[in-house]
Amino acid sequence: MKMSYTPEMRESIRKVEATRQRRLKEIHPRIPPQEQEEVLKRFHPDYVEGGMRELLVGPNRGDRTPIELADLLEGRSHIEAAAFDLGRVDYECDVLVIGGGGAGASAALLAQENGAQVILTTKLRFGDANTMMAQGGIQAADKPNDSPAIHYLDVMGGGHFTNVPALVEALVMDAPSVIQWLEDLGCMFDKEPDGTMRTIHGGGTSRKRMHFARDYSGAEIMRTLRDEVRNRQISVVEFAPVVELVMDDKGQVAGAILLNLETGDYSLVKSKTVIIASGGGGRLHYQGFPTTNHYGATADGLVLAYRVGAKLAFIDTMQYHPTGAAYPEQILGQLVTEKVRGLGAQLVNVEGEQFVYPLETRDVESAAIIRECIERKKGVVTPTGQQGVWLDSPMIDILKGSGTIQTNLPAMVRQFGRFDIDMTKEPILVYPTLHYQNGGIAIKPDGSTDIPNLYVAGEVAGGVHGRNRLMGNSLLEITVYGRRAGKAAALRAKEVELGELTLEHLRDWERQLKEANLEPQIVSPLLLPDYTRHTRPVSMVR
Amino acid sequence: MAEKLISIYIMGKKYEVPSSLTIMKAMEWAGYKLIRGAGCRSGFCGACATVYRIKGDYRLRIALACQTVVEPEMYLAQIPFFPAEKAIYDIEGLEPTAEQLFQIYPEILRCLSCGTCTKACPQEIDVMDYMAEAMKGDIASVASKSFDCIMCGLCAARCPAEEAQYNVALLCRRLYGKYLAPKSQHLRERIEEIEAGKFDEELAQLKSMGEEQLRQRYEERDIELA
Repeated sequence: MKMSYTPEMRESIRKVEATRQRRLKEIHPRIPPQEQEEVLKRFHPDYVEGGMRELLVGPNRGDRTPIELADLLEGRSHIEAAAFDLGRVDYECDVLVIGGGGAGASAALLAQENGAQVILTTKLRFGDANTMMAQGGIQAADKPNDSPAIHYLDVMGGGHFTNVPALVEALVMDAPSVIQWLEDLGCMFDKEPDGTMRTIHGGGTSRKRMHFARDYSGAEIMRTLRDEVRNRQISVVEFAPVVELVMDDKGQVAGAILLNLETGDYSLVKSKTVIIASGGGGRLHYQGFPTTNHYGATADGLVLAYRVGAKLAFIDTMQYHPTGAAYPEQILGQLVTEKVRGLGAQLVNVEGEQFVYPLETRDVESAAIIRECIERKKGVVTPTGQQGVWLDSPMIDILKGSGTIQTNLPAMVRQFGRFDIDMTKEPILVYPTLHYQNGGIAIKPDGSTDIPNLYVAGEVAGGVHGRNRLMGNSLLEITVYGRRAGKAAALRAKEVELGELTLEHLRDWERQLKEANLEPQIVSPLLLPDYTRHTRPVSMVR
Repeated sequence: MAEKLISIYIMGKKYEVPSSLTIMKAMEWAGYKLIRGAGCRSGFCGACATVYRIKGDYRLRIALACQTVVEPEMYLAQIPFFPAEKAIYDIEGLEPTAEQLFQIYPEILRCLSCGTCTKACPQEIDVMDYMAEAMKGDIASVASKSFDCIMCGLCAARCPAEEAQYNVALLCRRLYGKYLAPKSQHLRERIEEIEAGKFDEELAQLKSMGEEQLRQRYEERDIELA
């Protein structure tokens, strides 16, 4: 089926082509700090008041939270506490890892290395995670002109100085050894013939420290970690999301209830420690945004942790990736890696003019694109009414030599090629898309939380990135904190004495809802988004 | 605007769906709630491998359901899981040699060079070509040529020699990354510096800075040219 561009879009592309030679030499000025703040306040979705509400119950009562998330946090449990038999334990282990992405796999490996018997449970297939889709790369300050201190400064500035310093320190100091660990497991990073890592800039970096594996960086890391978990014969339970954590009578986390998605059966895991590594929540489609996220990204981990009393941090801030595909409609919202800009492509408006420096931090870049379309009305409009701006990809081959795009961005070329758009010759249309949960469950540098025996790693954690994450620091975070949480949970498991299992926290939760006069109809965690169309009410047989 | 509906057959059962939808969205439009057969929804994870034919045409075609638009008279079925052999090995104890490859996956040598795998690859990888390299024991070449593999399993599903090509490729990439890729001197040196505590003092100083001071350092930092 031929998609390609409409005549109106082609007319705009001619303008992009007409200005290209001139633009090759133009560097658009960066937005000064004061103006950045203003652009964010006026155009970034985090500041849209109608998209937020205050939480009425739980540890974050009174905190401003995206409505879709607040409704789930204040939802009802899948489990009726009185009816669930805690006397029959189906699985027992030292460390239960919830989530089969990069953080979960890293945690499982390190927990086992530290002597724990591990079970990893995941909602869909092992490896079905945002990790798999991360294209751009992973940051580490390992070049002579760089240092962990410079990396630290970039991370703090990118997060508008709201990040938790000790968490950032761990991130940047562990980074080089994590790259080494991944390589020792067999990850193929792009290198020069002498072994020097090929590295480029990302938005907000002051050094070229983005390591990559073509534009399959996350996939390369995920498939390697997954293979290693399988080789070490760690127990993996697929299609079995956790619907509730289980506590003991000493107030410690002591296990979880799994739901077999295919049979509908519940099972009980008793575990000395639990690591939540369940990822983000892009599939909640905050404020109606499309998302780059995996099908299972429904913020389940936040709900589980919140019900046992864990505090959440920075949950009012989401990352909108500046360049989601805006055309064709079939791939709306899917990720166009920041690496395209890192390699030299500019963002230009309907007139073919630059309007923003291409590598501002993601929040500022996104806000500037929204401003260009909404306020200045210089966006390109597609047949479905979707707005977008051009990402002038053909510039890359002109700047860096013919074939650069094909070699460095094979996934992107393939993605657009499937819809008859050749990004080596034509620009592609982009608009911000919901990409990442900046905040999450508050953690300490060893991945522990305020709740005994509960550990957290990866996108579901909060504090590392403050209010905005830089490109390449999520693949870094999942490995750094997956490893840290895995080790800490395994060591903790050696000294844990569990008491009687209980679901008293669910009864307590019901009481809190009642006291706040809430009678939620929503059952959470959500587990899967609802994209199914039904024309009449559905039979109970299904 | 009412969109044109076309007929497709999901596992043989007929549904009318809008012509612009991907196979995955068409299934959801038809009333399916996907548990298997949906993953990243962006063409990276291989969960939605699909085989189909167009009515009246004998040829079997392949697609990723999330990246392919429906066609009229499309007969489709998903293959969300395929029971392929995955060997268990300790990467630490291996050698990057042809003998090692054949020892772990002896079936490599059963390849008939029929090319069915290449035709079955939704990533347009020349699978038969990298399997030929595997038979020669050229691990580096297999690693490079198979790099864009998303492990959907369609090659294995169609292989008359019952190979699990994508697992052979994964082994080769791991052997290459671990043993054959040139080592990074700068990486090794940086790790030694960190372990020796070279940056501890500077980090401690940065951590203790107030926001204003840190902000000033940030805004004054020099930026490496693109």
